[in-house]
Amino acid sequence: MEETKTLTLKDRIRGFIDSFGVPRLIIAAFLLALFILAPFVGADLPTQISNTINRFCWNGILVLAMVPMVHSGCGLNFGLPLGIISGLLGATLSIELGFTGAISFFAAIVIATPFALILGSVYGWLLNKIKGGEMMIATYVGFSSVSFMCMMWLLLPYHSPNMVWGLSGKGLRTTISLEGYYSQVLSNFLKIQIGNFSIPTGALLFFALMAFGIWAFLHTKTGTAMTAVGSNPAFARAAGINVDKIRMLSVVMSTWLGAVGILAYEQGFGFIQLYMAPFYMALPAVSAILIGGASVNKATITNVIIGTILFQGIVTMTPTVMNNVIHMDMSEVIRIIVSQGMILYALTRKSEGSKG
Amino acid sequence: MSGGRNTKTGVEGAAKKISGGRRFLNFLGANTVPIMFIIICAICIPISGFSPAYLINEIVTRMGRNTFLILALLIPIMAGMGLNFGMTLGAMAAEIGLIFVADWQIYGIPGMVLAMILSIPISMLLGVVCGKILNAAKGREMVASYIISFFINGIYQLIVLYMMGSIIPIKHTTVKLPRGYGIRNTVSLLNMRQKLDDLLAINVKGVKIPVATFIVIAILCIFIVWFRKTKLGQDMRAVGQDMEVARAAGINVERTRIISIVMSTVIAGFGMIIYLQNMGNLSTYSSHSQIGMFAIAALLVGGASVDKASIGNVFLGVMLFHLMFIVAPSAGAKITGDSMIGEYFRVFVSYAVITIALIMYETKKRREKSQMAELLAAEQEGEEV
Repeated sequence: MEETKTLTLKDRIRGFIDSFGVPRLIIAAFLLALFILAPFVGADLPTQISNTINRFCWNGILVLAMVPMVHSGCGLNFGLPLGIISGLLGATLSIELGFTGAISFFAAIVIATPFALILGSVYGWLLNKIKGGEMMIATYVGFSSVSFMCMMWLLLPYHSPNMVWGLSGKGLRTTISLEGYYSQVLSNFLKIQIGNFSIPTGALLFFALMAFGIWAFLHTKTGTAMTAVGSNPAFARAAGINVDKIRMLSVVMSTWLGAVGILAYEQGFGFIQLYMAPFYMALPAVSAILIGGASVNKATITNVIIGTILFQGIVTMTPTVMNNVIHMDMSEVIRIIVSQGMILYALTRKSEGSKG
Repeated sequence: MSGGRNTKTGVEGAAKKISGGRRFLNFLGANTVPIMFIIICAICIPISGFSPAYLINEIVTRMGRNTFLILALLIPIMAGMGLNFGMTLGAMAAEIGLIFVADWQIYGIPGMVLAMILSIPISMLLGVVCGKILNAAKGREMVASYIISFFINGIYQLIVLYMMGSIIPIKHTTVKLPRGYGIRNTVSLLNMRQKLDDLLAINVKGVKIPVATFIVIAILCIFIVWFRKTKLGQDMRAVGQDMEVARAAGINVERTRIISIVMSTVIAGFGMIIYLQNMGNLSTYSSHSQIGMFAIAALLVGGASVDKASIGNVFLGVMLFHLMFIVAPSAGAKITGDSMIGEYFRVFVSYAVITIALIMYETKKRREKSQMAELLAAEQEGEEV
């Protein structure tokens, strides 16, 4: 009796480790160690925690943008820059059209939407043509579109003096300040401040709204169909689901979420970054959701939340703690190794990743 | 890639029946990318206003600089592993070799040879790691090799930025950062600059031809041609054709694939040393990052695809791609009045070429699959009747 009990406990622990994954466990333990170490090396824990929460709000929706495409079996959305570009078009046009304050944020979302729908449909149509090779092509669709937009930012007839180069009067600047537009509009809404500890309630609520929207969608009839397409396309087709249409819908949703995600990121960051900035933005989002427990063809909202907290926690904590402990700023290198290692781990897992 | 040999010959038989008019269209379809590039170059050259002598000189220099690197891509394609984005690994191994050689102050050709020797064990180690990971990620080799290049870049930075000078002894302050450890952003290779290019160089009407570099490239070409005929080369082609059939024929598929990646990595390392001796300085943290992308784009511009590439593709590609690279910025500046447009344009074209080639490869693969399925269905119907 005693023996079976310990055995089941052991099994349970092993089962837990298996389901959680070794790399994820290491990352979680590493972050925990950072939080425990932080007070001893003189880092202010409340500030660190609020930084982590803040960064969670900036990045959460970008990570959420992975979910629909993973669900429909399109793999990890390395083509996130396409959504980001729609968001940037919305952001710059909103300023160009003269919106200011909180309204400019919502105007940006509204303006970005048609771009996201059009680009997302084209992108979805393309991904339907090349089933099986989505991830590599998504990466390069992202790269091509970013470098194409580099030319467009210079050529499009923007005039707002806050955005164009002062000297020549044309061509957008590389970074555009959002002061007076929508910088911090979500974060400052119902903000709670206790000493050094602050909670950006509005931004959290905005993320929760988006996350709930996706969660609710995945439980509708279309959402269930999307999951079916992802887990077994042949079965889904036999059940009378239009696979291509569902996949297209998921890509459009991912692209739109990418657009909204970058706007939420900008409101926290305070700047619009153009030109080559969106280039590598897909990779942190991809690794965040993987750290959260997703795989190439399975992702939930919980994965998004856990992953973003873990990833952003490491990003915020390592510089301060590492600097104080060994007097070397190795945070950038650690971030690269952790995030890319996580993506590699997910790509090499056979059991859940027979197709991609 | 999948399906038996019989159905494959069936598809080829059907392809032979296509008439002459269709053949011309097929030729256009198969060579879309090179033809597109010839058109771009034909438009840009007159606008850019460069003299032919200048252009030829530049192209010859760039051919010497880049061809070796691009040849490194051929072997993994032969083994059916697609475009090896992990060739960056070899470039990083070469850079580590060059850093040591620069620190030990060994100049000229001996320095280059020593750097190559140093790069071999590092390249082989990285190649084995890369090969093992790619074996675990069969069917998505390209995206995995692409992520590996980022991952190893992190490890490279860890070693070069933090361990060199603190754990790994580095003496000279010209190489080391002032803080006492880590390597400077640029390492001067002035003592090595164009030493290989100048060896045996001849001057034809103002065009400098780096004969020694071309001889080295020719040796590699001959090696690749010879290698294709060896047992190992044949095994690789068999693995590339169909992994299951190769395995049934008694070939150790996993080992063959790892060897192909190791060879590619070592060749890429040599190529990087040739590239950097031409440039004359090493940007420690960025020289390697774009190498894979440019080499792959150049190969694809030459008419190669993800599953088929020849030495001819390499030479055509390196000429067309670099011609575009030279003329695009100044043509862009002349047309739009903004010099940045041309810069962005050539980056855009490089990425677009890779994107188009990948899309064409995937659609072709799907079409073949469905054709094969149709043939199989037809065969089965025939049997039933």
